[in-house]
Amino acid sequence: MKIKVISVLCVLLAILIYSCQNEDDITFKRYYTTGSLVYQSHCQNCHGNDGLGLSALMPPLTDTAFLRKNKTSLACFIKYGLKDKILIVDKRSYDNDMPLTDLAPIEIAEVLTYVANSFGNNQGLITSQKVEADLAECK
Amino acid sequence: MKILIGAAALLFLASACKFNAAQNTTLPIYGNRTPVTNTVAGKTTTDTLYQTIPDFKTVNQYGDSISSKNLKGQIYVADFFFTTCPSICPVMAKNMLDVYNAYKNDKDVKIISYTIDPKHDSVNVLKKYADKLGVAGNTWWFLQGKKEEIYKLSESYLVRKPEEDAKQMFIHDGYFILIDKQKRIRGTYDGTVPDQVTHLIADIKTLKAESGQK
Ligand code: HEC
Repeated sequence: MKIKVISVLCVLLAILIYSCQNEDDITFKRYYTTGSLVYQSHCQNCHGNDGLGLSALMPPLTDTAFLRKNKTSLACFIKYGLKDKILIVDKRSYDNDMPLTDLAPIEIAEVLTYVANSFGNNQGLITSQKVEADLAECK
Repeated sequence: MKILIGAAALLFLASACKFNAAQNTTLPIYGNRTPVTNTVAGKTTTDTLYQTIPDFKTVNQYGDSISSKNLKGQIYVADFFFTTCPSICPVMAKNMLDVYNAYKNDKDVKIISYTIDPKHDSVNVLKKYADKLGVAGNTWWFLQGKKEEIYKLSESYLVRKPEEDAKQMFIHDGYFILIDKQKRIRGTYDGTVPDQVTHLIADIKTLKAESGQK
């Protein structure tokens, strides 16, 4: 009898854990898929469909270390653009301007999730809440 | 006997195919055409006058004056852009780089990109842009001229005249235009579509072969 109860509980627990994970998974997939569309319409022309950028004009999005180091600033880059800044990306220096966008925090989160998990990057979900928190701290 | 006829038919067919292929190796001539009738020694002949690119005066990224004279006897590809354009220009530049890389060692072929924002795109700005793009030498010129003249010129290339919208951003076409040695328009390609640019690269070769015959 005791064993039966324990095993039922175990099964329930497993289902719970599984469905939670699944929900995260679904959120990630939703962010990633919408993010790829945002990327195509707002970023691809400059950064390329392969994220490789363009010569010394547009930086690549393949420098995982750069993205990780600037994790909390990425949302600010996209919302307010980059003007008169020199960035070292993939050991090369870039000083062109990136225009600001009028994307909503959720769209920024989606496109960042897409970028941070494409082109050889593998940095997981970036939520809308995280983006809003980062945007409040923009310099 | 039957075999012979069969073989002959096959041969005929094959040559017909080849003939068709040969026809495809000349490019069409675009633009307005005007018939001109000449009477020479009592004989009337009608010639077709094709639309050509008119003269222009500009300066390139090295500060050299460039007019139509500098393109005499050359095949060239033209487009219109500006260095700070956030929308289609980076894609056009990326695709034009493919054309550049295919013909940068070919003295018969040039690329010219007219800026439609001459106020911002000075010689220095154009030089810096070319450097960053990785363009050197005299195959690809970035040209600055008088705004009104460049806008008017764009119409001779059959390109929609650029407009300025509320944001002070320029709206313009992303076409690459292929010009032959007689300054006639021989092809227009959407510079934002890689497949069309691949066509352009092939068509330049065709055009080179055509003018080699004359
Ligand atoms: C008009 C061209 C343009 C567009 C459109 C554009 N960027 Fe950028 N981006 C740049 C340039 C230029 C820089 C480098 C700025 C500097 O050096 O100060 C840059 C820098 C970046 C960086 C930091 C450097 C790097 O390569 O990792 C990220 C991340 C980035 N962009 C992401 C995006 C995303 C996401 C979008 C779409 C929402 C986007 N960009 C749209 C031109 C553009």
